[in-house]
Amino acid sequence: MPQERKLPTRLEDVEEVLVETDILVIGGGNAGCFAAIEAKKLNPNLCVTIMEKAHIDRSGCLAAGMDAINTYIRKERTIEEFVRWSRSQAGGLIREDLTISLAEVLNQPTEQWEKWGLPIEKDEDGQYRTRGKWDISIRGSEMKVILAEKVREYGCQVLNRVVATNFLLADGRVIGAMGFGVRDGKMYVILARATIVSTGGCAGLYKPYTNDGVDSHHHLWYCPFNTGAGYAMGIRAGAEMTTFEMRWCATRTKDFNGPIDTISVGYETPMINAYGEKILQERYAHLGGDAAPRFIRANVPMEEWLNGRGPCYVDTRGMSDEDIREMKIDYLNERPAFVLFLAARGQDLKKEPIEIYGNDPYIVGGHTASGYWIDVKRATTLPGLFAAGDVAGGTPNKFVGGCAAEGMLAARGAVEYLKTVPALTRPDAEQVARERQRIFAPAIRQAEVGEGIIPREMEERMQRLMDEYAGGVHQFFRMNGIQLQYALKNIRILKDQTKYLVARDLHELMEAHEVIDRLDVAEVLLHHLLFREETRWPGWQTRTDFPERNDEKFDCFVNSRRDPATGEIAVFTRPYEQLIPGDRYLP
Amino acid sequence: MPPKVNLEKCDGCKAEQEPLCEQICPGDLMTLNPETKKAYCRSLRDCWDCMSCVKSCPQGAIETRLPYQIGYYQAKLIPLMGTNRITWTCIDLNGKVERFSFKTRND
Ligand SMILES: Cc1cc2nc3c(=O)[nH]c(=O)nc-3n(C[C@H](O)[C@H](O)[C@H](O)COP(=O)(O)OP(=O)(O)OC[C@H]3O[C@@H](n4cnc5c(N)ncnc54)[C@H](O)[C@@H]3O)c2cc1C
Ligand code: SF4
Ligand code: SF4
Repeated sequence: MPQERKLPTRLEDVEEVLVETDILVIGGGNAGCFAAIEAKKLNPNLCVTIMEKAHIDRSGCLAAGMDAINTYIRKERTIEEFVRWSRSQAGGLIREDLTISLAEVLNQPTEQWEKWGLPIEKDEDGQYRTRGKWDISIRGSEMKVILAEKVREYGCQVLNRVVATNFLLADGRVIGAMGFGVRDGKMYVILARATIVSTGGCAGLYKPYTNDGVDSHHHLWYCPFNTGAGYAMGIRAGAEMTTFEMRWCATRTKDFNGPIDTISVGYETPMINAYGEKILQERYAHLGGDAAPRFIRANVPMEEWLNGRGPCYVDTRGMSDEDIREMKIDYLNERPAFVLFLAARGQDLKKEPIEIYGNDPYIVGGHTASGYWIDVKRATTLPGLFAAGDVAGGTPNKFVGGCAAEGMLAARGAVEYLKTVPALTRPDAEQVARERQRIFAPAIRQAEVGEGIIPREMEERMQRLMDEYAGGVHQFFRMNGIQLQYALKNIRILKDQTKYLVARDLHELMEAHEVIDRLDVAEVLLHHLLFREETRWPGWQTRTDFPERNDEKFDCFVNSRRDPATGEIAVFTRPYEQLIPGDRYLP
Repeated sequence: MPPKVNLEKCDGCKAEQEPLCEQICPGDLMTLNPETKKAYCRSLRDCWDCMSCVKSCPQGAIETRLPYQIGYYQAKLIPLMGTNRITWTCIDLNGKVERFSFKTRND
């Protein structure tokens, strides 16, 4: 029988669950599961607890599977090559120290996964088969289920359906986290000696172009259930964040908003415009042609549309029947519904190529450099807190393998940190009471006032603002300072109005916190976009009022920190440190 | 209308503590209608079409339908889960059938 689930209507009724653990992992996705297992491997006697808003069997980016691991260093390649490649792909701006330390362990999770049962294709010489330079092909449909089984086998404690909402702090140190059960309606207070945040990136900040009816509103490329909670919790606690302005806008399959590397990298199909021109080679050769940095490749189809040469496609017409079949199998391992999409269009790929377009922008530190400012041990600027995966900044192009490897590194950092923290710290009661009030406010308002703003209304207002005034896909990713100021002013109004949010059930209470979190992320993002008065990555960050790159002022990191006492957001720069010699814009 | 539940086939996972589709959905979207005790998706607009619910249903009661705004009526994609294999049947809008079967775990 299903459990009874109840939305509390009075604060006094909220039951509190106290959990005590050595290491708390917030977000049991790819990085989080690897972090939890690594901590147990390092010391099986540790109590390791995962706090997960969904169910770790299929949560986050890996829910539907993956067909490739985009980052694996084959025997004949070197760490230096990897850093140079990643650096050039990101327009010259990465944390080289983080990238090097990641590269040193990058292959381990992949090899581990294979031992656990993940099918990976091999060459004649027994090495993993690559597609492109760094990608290997996998049959990853069940990879998250396999990983979750290992989490349990290693004896990690898993709290599924518990949504994290804020860190617990004592003297500026993170001593655990709080949240609520979306099934049981209880408040969770989790005390930990060390905490790892791995909640993924942030989707749903911007209006997608598929939102015309009700049914396809969140038909996004990125996992729509990763709504920036980890960023928002860090922002609220005063953690230093980096490079939010480097947004993840990419070329995706049009309408379905699905991944494209499967076709373009996997099968080397050229990108063409309406007139059949191979655009990267013919029009953008000066920017690197087919090997152009990711932001150029993302921006190209949009530029073609703007210049009257859309739609654009990846040209599948030269593919063999066998390759088309293989490609569909790849999609079935990653985004199976895309195969349904092709069937629903009755599309014969030998006659009709696959149309492409830009996506609604995301903040995703596994792809660009946005996220927590961390050190090589993956420690954030808040003592006691480590970060890994899409939530951690400085290291673009991590993808599946890199996020998993970073989870391992964060666990090593956290286990080492435990030596300095012999015991749990008790939180002050006032902090917990304040969070209880903040978590359940939308439910209480519904019970007491009976009306207000539902999360969906606020979400749509936010998404429209960001889309129109902060360089969304409908604006071809372009923005200027005046638009950004307008967005900021309105995001602040929305933040103030979150006190009127109402929730009618526990799911809606979760939605309320998803929009609250995204507003905090949006505010910081706008500050970053305003600060960088140049255009460094056209597409990812296009300032129409500052169309050129300005190395003199901005060849550096843009970081921010919100003062928890005043709510003021300070934006400042940090210098670039080059460790691997060579032209940073070339691989 | 992403997951479409066949009300004849769905038995509400009576034997389970919580219906399997509800347990698994990464977006917390599947739940039981308290009156009919059958599953439904509480917010079609928020579905990611990840098909986790479809794969998890022991009765084969859930079908993914793409939002009509994105894909035409009435293509189908049906997974059949084995222990170490998955077999997909795909029927396009003209009735053309394709089948794909591959390993999901090493034996
Ligand atoms: C469609 C798609 C295709 C991709 N294709 C590839 C590919 O082919 N190759 C490749 O290498 N990479 C690919 N990537 C990228 C890669 O999958 C991700 O970068 C990586 O897996 C992210 O790992 P993560 O652990 O940071 O995030 P996730 O695995 O998404 O984990 C985040 C976890 O945090 C949980 N969470 C979120 N908020 C909360 C909260 N408030 N409380 C508790 N828990 C919370 C989520 O439910 C989730 O379990 C793809 C990504 C997507 C979305
Ligand atoms: S898993 Fe299938 S049978 Fe069980 S409740 Fe869901 S739809 Fe019904
Ligand atoms: S397809 Fe995925 S997101 Fe949609 S209802 Fe099913 S499990 Fe949830």
